[in-house]
Amino acid sequence: MMALARAKSEATEARLSGLVLPSSGAWLEAARRGALARLRAMGLPARRDEYWRFTDPASLAAAEVMPATVMAGGDDGVFDGIERVRITFVDGRFDAAQSDDLAAEGIEIERLAEAATRDLHWARELYGRLEERGQSPVARPLATLNSANATDGVLIRVTGKAAKPVHLLYLRKSESSDAKLHHCIKIEPGADLTLLESGPAAARLSSVLEVEIGDGAGFHHVRAQGRDHERRAATHCFARLGAQSTFKSFTLTANGALTRNECVIELTGDDAVAHVAGVTIGDGAGFVQDDTVFITHDAVGCESRQVFKKVLRNGATGVFQGKILVRPGAQKTDGYQKSQSLLLDGDSQFLAKPELEIYADDVICSHGSTSGAIDETALFYLRSRGVPLKAATDLLTLAFLAEALDEVEDPRLAAALQAQLEAWLERR
Amino acid sequence: MADIDQTDVKEGVDQDTVDAVARLSGTYKHGWSTDIEMDYAPKGLGPDIVRLISGKNEEPEWMTEWRLAAFARWQKMTEPKWAMVNYPEIDFQDQYYYARPKSMATKPKSLDEVDPKLLATYAKLGIPLKEQMILAGIEGAETVPAEGRKVAVDAVFDSVSVGTTFQAELKKAGVIFCSISEAIREHPELVRKYLGTVVPASDNFYATLNSAVFSDGSFVYVPPGVRCPMELSTYFRINAENTGQFERTLIIADKGSYVSYLEGCTAPKRDIAQLHAAVVEIIIEEDAEVKYSTVQNWYPGDENGKGGIYNFVTKRADCRGDRAKVMWTQVETGSAVTWKYPSCILRGDDSQGEFYSIAIANNHQQADTGTKMLHLGKNTKSRIVSKGISAGKAQNTYRGLVSMHPRAKNSRNFTQCDSLLIGDKCGAHTVPYIEVRNNSSRVEHEATTSKVDDDQLFYCRSRGIDEESAVALVVNGFCKDVLQALPMEFAMEAQQLVAISLEGSVG
Repeated sequence: MMALARAKSEATEARLSGLVLPSSGAWLEAARRGALARLRAMGLPARRDEYWRFTDPASLAAAEVMPATVMAGGDDGVFDGIERVRITFVDGRFDAAQSDDLAAEGIEIERLAEAATRDLHWARELYGRLEERGQSPVARPLATLNSANATDGVLIRVTGKAAKPVHLLYLRKSESSDAKLHHCIKIEPGADLTLLESGPAAARLSSVLEVEIGDGAGFHHVRAQGRDHERRAATHCFARLGAQSTFKSFTLTANGALTRNECVIELTGDDAVAHVAGVTIGDGAGFVQDDTVFITHDAVGCESRQVFKKVLRNGATGVFQGKILVRPGAQKTDGYQKSQSLLLDGDSQFLAKPELEIYADDVICSHGSTSGAIDETALFYLRSRGVPLKAATDLLTLAFLAEALDEVEDPRLAAALQAQLEAWLERR
Repeated sequence: MADIDQTDVKEGVDQDTVDAVARLSGTYKHGWSTDIEMDYAPKGLGPDIVRLISGKNEEPEWMTEWRLAAFARWQKMTEPKWAMVNYPEIDFQDQYYYARPKSMATKPKSLDEVDPKLLATYAKLGIPLKEQMILAGIEGAETVPAEGRKVAVDAVFDSVSVGTTFQAELKKAGVIFCSISEAIREHPELVRKYLGTVVPASDNFYATLNSAVFSDGSFVYVPPGVRCPMELSTYFRINAENTGQFERTLIIADKGSYVSYLEGCTAPKRDIAQLHAAVVEIIIEEDAEVKYSTVQNWYPGDENGKGGIYNFVTKRADCRGDRAKVMWTQVETGSAVTWKYPSCILRGDDSQGEFYSIAIANNHQQADTGTKMLHLGKNTKSRIVSKGISAGKAQNTYRGLVSMHPRAKNSRNFTQCDSLLIGDKCGAHTVPYIEVRNNSSRVEHEATTSKVDDDQLFYCRSRGIDEESAVALVVNGFCKDVLQALPMEFAMEAQQLVAISLEGSVG
């Protein structure tokens, strides 16, 4: 055990020795140094960590980026039909020419790279703080590394109902880009924001999103993660919810060599609601998609819901690690967790660890996890009605995914995602 | 439960109930001890102790070497920390690894020669070691025909087997049922062929420790095509203080055979926690079937969490042949700390594994238990039903693995694990691992956690059933799936155990 810890510590030091922190102003500088110190204490992730049981973190943690061929025809345009404030990053760098004017009603948007030099800033109370809170009971070192070395990102403060969604568009042109983005969002009590994200971002993306949701506030997050076969991504969302607030997040992922999406949610105010959902389409050997969700109930009467659906074929791997933690006193909790996979052939695999940890008695918590092939009788029925095999398979696949897609409330966004999904299935 | 005071009680619970709760604390009924002269091996653990245990059992050289190799490996291992249990560091040098009643120094030739004090101990536990007396003290037993009531018992007292009943009758059927120490002497070819093939000596920290120091346990061999004419059972009793019990059970069901095996265990109340690290290996050949049922009622410690048994057990069944079947059923009510995952390796095509468990944790008990279903063969099926009940300040965790190997085409698993919390100071946790590596298999897992349903309680109360009985009734309903899988001898006892553990837990 000691030897293991030592090996890990040595590997971490070796990785960090060459690390140059981006230069920034006083408060961000301090936050970065703090993160670095925390990272040294926890060590970088390794395959033997229980928390990385199903997914190998080596290529996400290494200093070098594995080259990734740029692929056309991703999901860059998925939100094109929606009126929004677009902020574009190309290979992790802000692109003013492809971005809209950041001034919008009821909302302040700044870039991390610029705001960090100002000594007094609301973001200093948020940057790295939620990430730090999210390190217990399980360490998430890749997020800490991001807090230390993120180069840019957006800082958004919402004081009313945002008139338009904010769209973070991540384009990629380089085969070896290593994007490190860190976003902080503060939603004041009663305010509301919809955040969209799309695109492959970089050959390797590391992103952290910290969201503080005030009492009675709402946050809606819809993301389409680029169909780009060789890209890698480790994304983290840390959210803290006040009383009667709402957090809803939906992610659509298609392919990519490796995608690890972590979502860490803390319900700290009574009667808060958090929903996290995802749809994954994995088609091809070596594609690994991993959803890791950790929801902590620390207040009375909160509701949480996790719905993840994965369709896998041709040797793709889908991973789900979900946990509901109900702290002592978090009575009247309603926690729900569902993870399902549809394996379209014998080469693909689904690995899951849906956990519950409960310390309060007046709660309802349930989870379900299933894995199986497409229903032969349903397929036979469709074929007997003259539906060709591929169309029938696609129809049943869409039906299987529908429950997760239903988690997207805004009908325009749901329609955009549905269209994207159908296009992907068509192209397959 | 002495620690329930006024402030802990929820609205709707009347004072009578609270008083009844206080009165009922500490109802562990097997907590007495037998005053008997014992021979101990010197305290502590080293190669000489391993040799001493091997020597006491008059083992052949290969067995001694096997133990020593396990011990050497154990010294390099570290205690596993991943389970959701907390207990003070165990000092492995501060206990006895071998304790034998003095009267057992020369092995009695028959049960008639066994020290009456020992016989009285088992009689008091409701396990008479005389063949004409059939498991007395079990409600409902008299309604069953005489043939069906026969249960052969191997009684293990601290480190040694006191005796085994019905051996002659079993021999007629070709069944070997004896203590493992006897089997090592009398049937070395069988032991050598199978021992350590399901749970290797290197398997895990506690299994490796057991491989080095196991003192006794049971051995069963059922020859091809034989349906074992009666239930077999082993009753483990820990009596000596500061003594660990390390038993080893080896069950071999040859082609087309069937056996049902029951295991029971109790220990006296002691202030200092005691270690129990057992290994059970089951080999099931083609078309054979084994049912293994456990009622684990080790001393759980007092209401303040003092004393109790640390129960670190490795149990595994290997369905080697096609169409082999195994069923694990366990009712876990005792032990201060439980760490136990009876597992099934479904190697043969069309083999089946089942796991039914009720784990009840009260006061300061901690249970981390579950199963592993490893599907390797085609068309294999497994079913897991686990019910965890937490009360007082107890922590109860279900931990399980369902793994579908790429080769395990058309396999099925269904898992259901439910947890019930009684009171707001306890915890219930579920840690399932699901690994599906082929698409023709189906895996379904569901779990729920809830408190005792108010509507169901209200219904019972409105029919004039008092609150405690109503809770016991609802909980029994909740546990029915598991209790129905128990052999008759245990079903009655188990139902009582469920009621006892929950008395005083109304909340």
